Amino acid sequence: MVASPIAWRLSTVASIHDETPTVRSFGLRVPDWAGHRPGQHVDLRLTAADGYSVERSYSIASEPERSGEIELTVERIEDGEVSPFLHEVVVPGDQIEIRGPIGGYFVWEAALGGPLFLVAGGSGVVPLMAMLRHRALVGRSTAAALLFSSRHFEEIIYREELDRLASAGDGTSVIHTLTRSQPAGWDGYTRRIDERMLDESLAPLGASARSYICGPTALVETAANALVRLGLPPDRIRTERFGPSGS
Amino acid sequence: MVDRFVTRGFVGRPRSSGTGAGDFASRTPPGQYLTTDFPVLSAGPTPRTPLDRWSLTIDGLVVSPISWTWPEFMALPAREWTVDISCVTKWTKLDMRWRGVSVDTLLEHVELDPSAAFVIARADGGYTTNLPIADVLNGQAFVAFEYDGRALAPEHGGPARLVVPDRYFWKSAKWVRGLHIQGRDEPGFWESLGYHNRGDQWLEERYSGD
Repeated sequence: MVASPIAWRLSTVASIHDETPTVRSFGLRVPDWAGHRPGQHVDLRLTAADGYSVERSYSIASEPERSGEIELTVERIEDGEVSPFLHEVVVPGDQIEIRGPIGGYFVWEAALGGPLFLVAGGSGVVPLMAMLRHRALVGRSTAAALLFSSRHFEEIIYREELDRLASAGDGTSVIHTLTRSQPAGWDGYTRRIDERMLDESLAPLGASARSYICGPTALVETAANALVRLGLPPDRIRTERFGPSGS
Repeated sequence: MVDRFVTRGFVGRPRSSGTGAGDFASRTPPGQYLTTDFPVLSAGPTPRTPLDRWSLTIDGLVVSPISWTWPEFMALPAREWTVDISCVTKWTKLDMRWRGVSVDTLLEHVELDPSAAFVIARADGGYTTNLPIADVLNGQAFVAFEYDGRALAPEHGGPARLVVPDRYFWKSAKWVRGLHIQGRDEPGFWESLGYHNRGDQWLEERYSGD
């Protein structure tokens, strides 16, 4: 059995917008894009004039139903080699090589059912956003909750869109925790994700939930271990980890 | 490599010409970047098997299967291994120092059936990965129980993980509990989900079809 390779394609940057001071989303038009499943990622390749080339993986933020383009959301890593270039140099109309979609495990589709319990830290929310956007279009019968840890209010990625999803009245709840600073009047959580917070957030969904966790290693370890203790079957807990190396 | 598109405005990190830098560059497989930390990647929760319930088994196409308890495994001859590791998620870490038992040493304890050709590593949590036996012999693979002078941490695959430095790191099964010997190949966990069956990082065999 010989599979055909996942070809590199030349995408065109169609749009760029800021999500937070350090996080930016890029809409890419990809010719002959075969579609993706929520949670998958793409590889991106940059090549310098002397042939030097680097590759990175980025999660797809957009839902499969969005036609004509995919959206990547990229956090600027200060000492990174790729994310500062994407933030500072790339403008609409530029062309970038990508290939994908890649990854077949950290994936949720409406047909899988739920309830859906998502846990994110920082830019780990990106693949989970693809799931929530997909759900809002074609999976509203599945109850969903997102527990989202950010450091500061200004750093909450997709904050306004998450507010809209949570107030749509279709069974989505979004629970924020702000671990470093909180605005005046903040009545949400103010600490790192822990077992009690997970228990409280999961309670309305019950222990039959499918859970997807994405974020820094410590958050993912804490959340996955706690969810096992709270009674979720390990095979319904899927994890994806971002580390300092995810630049 | 001939028809790569040159990205407008991309220069990249300085390519220094010092001998040390050249050495690092020659040890970095295509499409990889060097890191100094040790990222953790797993598909699910970290399993925790107590050492008194741990065992390592070789079964399948062997004349008689064998199983070691933790104290028995610890009594096997181990050695230090300093190897470079590449993960398909693009990081490469040089000179990682492990302590472990060579797969050669483990296989000395069984007699392989003449039709034996592949090994399926089985791990706690249900993870599997497949390798030709020829790719784990002659010092190419070991079962590690220490990293950097300390007991291997659970999130890095402790108490023991397979390490196959010449393949992408998903072949180095964390929490390994068994080597199942087969006559025919059978894709493991990631190999069934679009990742390459062999995973040679120097050939950039990341995904099925590469």
